[in-house]
Amino acid sequence: MTASAARPMIHERLVIKGLHVAVEGQEILKGVDLTIGRGEVHALMGPNGSGKSTLGYAIMGHPSYEVTAGSIEMVKADGGSADVLAMEPDERARAGIFLAFQRPMSIPGVRVADFLRHSVTNVRNPDRKEGEELMPMREFRDELKKKMAELSMDPEFARRYVNDGFSGGEMKRAEILQLAMLRPKFAILDETDSGLDADAVRLASQSIARIGGHEMGILIITHHEQLLEHNIPLQTHVMLGGRIVESGGPELAAELHKKGYERIRAAYPDAAAAEKAMEDARAEPASA
Amino acid sequence: MATGLDDSTTLADAKPEIGEINKYDFRTDSPAVFKARKGIDAEIVTQISEMKKEPEWMREFRLKSLEIFESKPMPNWGGRLGIDFQDIYYYLKPTEQQGKTWEEVPDAIKQTFDRLGIPEAERKFLAGVKAQFESEVVYGSLQEDLAKKGVIFTDTDTAVREHSDLLREYFGTVIPPTDNKFAALNSAVWSGGSFIYVPKGVKIEFPLQAYFRINAESMGQFERTLIIVDEGAQVHYVEGCTAPMYSTESLHSAVVEIIVKKHGRCRYTTIQNWANNIYNLVTKRAMAYEGALMEWIDGNLGSQLTMKYPAVYLMEPGARGEILSIAFASAGQHQDAGAKIVHAAPHTSGRIVSKSISKNGGRASYRGLVKVEPGAKKSKSSVVCDALILDGHSRSDTYPYIEIEEQDVTIGHEASVSKIGEEQLFYLMSRGLSEAEASTMIVGGFIEPLVKELPMEYAVEMNKLIQLQMEGSVG
Repeated sequence: MTASAARPMIHERLVIKGLHVAVEGQEILKGVDLTIGRGEVHALMGPNGSGKSTLGYAIMGHPSYEVTAGSIEMVKADGGSADVLAMEPDERARAGIFLAFQRPMSIPGVRVADFLRHSVTNVRNPDRKEGEELMPMREFRDELKKKMAELSMDPEFARRYVNDGFSGGEMKRAEILQLAMLRPKFAILDETDSGLDADAVRLASQSIARIGGHEMGILIITHHEQLLEHNIPLQTHVMLGGRIVESGGPELAAELHKKGYERIRAAYPDAAAAEKAMEDARAEPASA
Repeated sequence: MATGLDDSTTLADAKPEIGEINKYDFRTDSPAVFKARKGIDAEIVTQISEMKKEPEWMREFRLKSLEIFESKPMPNWGGRLGIDFQDIYYYLKPTEQQGKTWEEVPDAIKQTFDRLGIPEAERKFLAGVKAQFESEVVYGSLQEDLAKKGVIFTDTDTAVREHSDLLREYFGTVIPPTDNKFAALNSAVWSGGSFIYVPKGVKIEFPLQAYFRINAESMGQFERTLIIVDEGAQVHYVEGCTAPMYSTESLHSAVVEIIVKKHGRCRYTTIQNWANNIYNLVTKRAMAYEGALMEWIDGNLGSQLTMKYPAVYLMEPGARGEILSIAFASAGQHQDAGAKIVHAAPHTSGRIVSKSISKNGGRASYRGLVKVEPGAKKSKSSVVCDALILDGHSRSDTYPYIEIEEQDVTIGHEASVSKIGEEQLFYLMSRGLSEAEASTMIVGGFIEPLVKELPMEYAVEMNKLIQLQMEGSVG
């Protein structure tokens, strides 16, 4: 992929406006605005519990994450737009949205290759009806092998059961493999660096940059800056108490990584108060 | 054009020449000698025996079994049995069984055949419509090959006539009529089933399938199967078929007896998918002798109620028994399935793996027994049963019975009940799988450890069948 790869005529983008999300009746996101264009990298940082993963789940359509207000739209190359909130999670995937899970689920008895062949078939042929032919085995296998080699993965990996008994690092690499195979328009990477050692993070950073090229809009949720090494963010956003309180360039990520969130909390006392309230609410059921 | 099941006036002769029956016209001109009627009594049992031209001992065995059947109470465990024993045909001539027309077969069953891609010829047979199946032609050379090695593979009726002494030595020794009410019933009215004898040291490399000798009597309601694996011999028998078996009668009660002698090996694979009106009450038991290995692989789908607990009695040191069981219960179905292992000698080992799935209000129960008799020292047994419940109104129960009368043994028991997690579903759906595809994949993964033990073509069919069950298009 070169820098001169063609960009769409109309800039395709994922537009999130005034998003409020509640889980089990408790509001976690309190009005999030964020626009991610294809080919752009955005970093999302913030203390634990600030709502970063919730944003990822809400974009992907997790049934437990109830959108109480706001919108998520995908603006398409032809200028039309699609209402993402009206779609089931699988429809979102087929529309080109991808979430790399912080903690991917294991599916015992289902082989990585079988799962991925199904997944790739559906995502590439969004109109496929159930029971219709899957992507030809040979073609799929060749592509999978190539992608695994690029990620320095043992071919045997494809025969293992999905995330079953995987180490933390293996899970994250499996997520990146899926990203590479599915080539979404927009990808949310939820702490894809957690549980990886420094070398593995560097490799992941390179891989993501190569996979993303200039085609993919990527939202990188992270506590560190290493994953951003090869994925220089157009913008870094800071989430606190369920809102994005500040956005800046790559230097903001570096600052937060080094100094933490004290400056942010002091600068946005309302959001800090919301953070405190959410923490208390979480603690309550445990002490009750 | 065909004789209906109720039409008893145009029945074939006692020994039908199946090959001569025109496949488009099941009527024959032979005079009727046996009038089928409902109900069970000594007259019916005697008639069955006479029809089959059986030796005296078998007729006595049947009549004695009838007495036992009448004296035994209904089982007070398992599922609810609403059976009127006097409202059932106990013996239907093959021509009667097939005297149905393809049109009478329910659409749901036909659609399933379509989806499974069952060849036309087999479909009709499976639906009980086909008068002849060219198995003799197709598998003739195979039969010859087996015969050269001294293997006997025939239907049990034929075995009574042609291998009387051998059969008599073992018949009813593993499961006597006194064992339970349904074993007694089967002993009184049995018909069809397979008889297999594998001589000393003979190893049959390919699975023997009932397909090979399919004929009119092979799949009755009261099959009786007897397998004798002689010393050092080996056989894998595959029974049944994943296609739904359709029958107008609602009671299926088979008996399967197996003897595995010293260092012999036997694997018995069953995948059954009954129509939803069927009570499927089967007694299966094997005796494994010194160093022998007996394996049951048992898949149960469909039926109204299935009660089936394949058993292995480990009779001599070193005997091993393994039972893998899969049950899938959907709407209106109760699968009461499980396994039994009895350690009757030291240094024996047993393993039970059970997987059940319940869906749409179905109920799947695991009922199992591990018994260690006094003196069966150094025996090992393990039981793993996993249940997967697909929705809030389905049910799963576990009834593990463990009776240990020996100190020096190792027994393990693990049970798990899980629901398809919302998180698992969401994960797969986030990768573009529909909810139905995702559930099917999770269920497929759940039974994978057992499916991979099946012969290839059965594994493929089993997976397709699970897919159909998940779509709710079967029954």
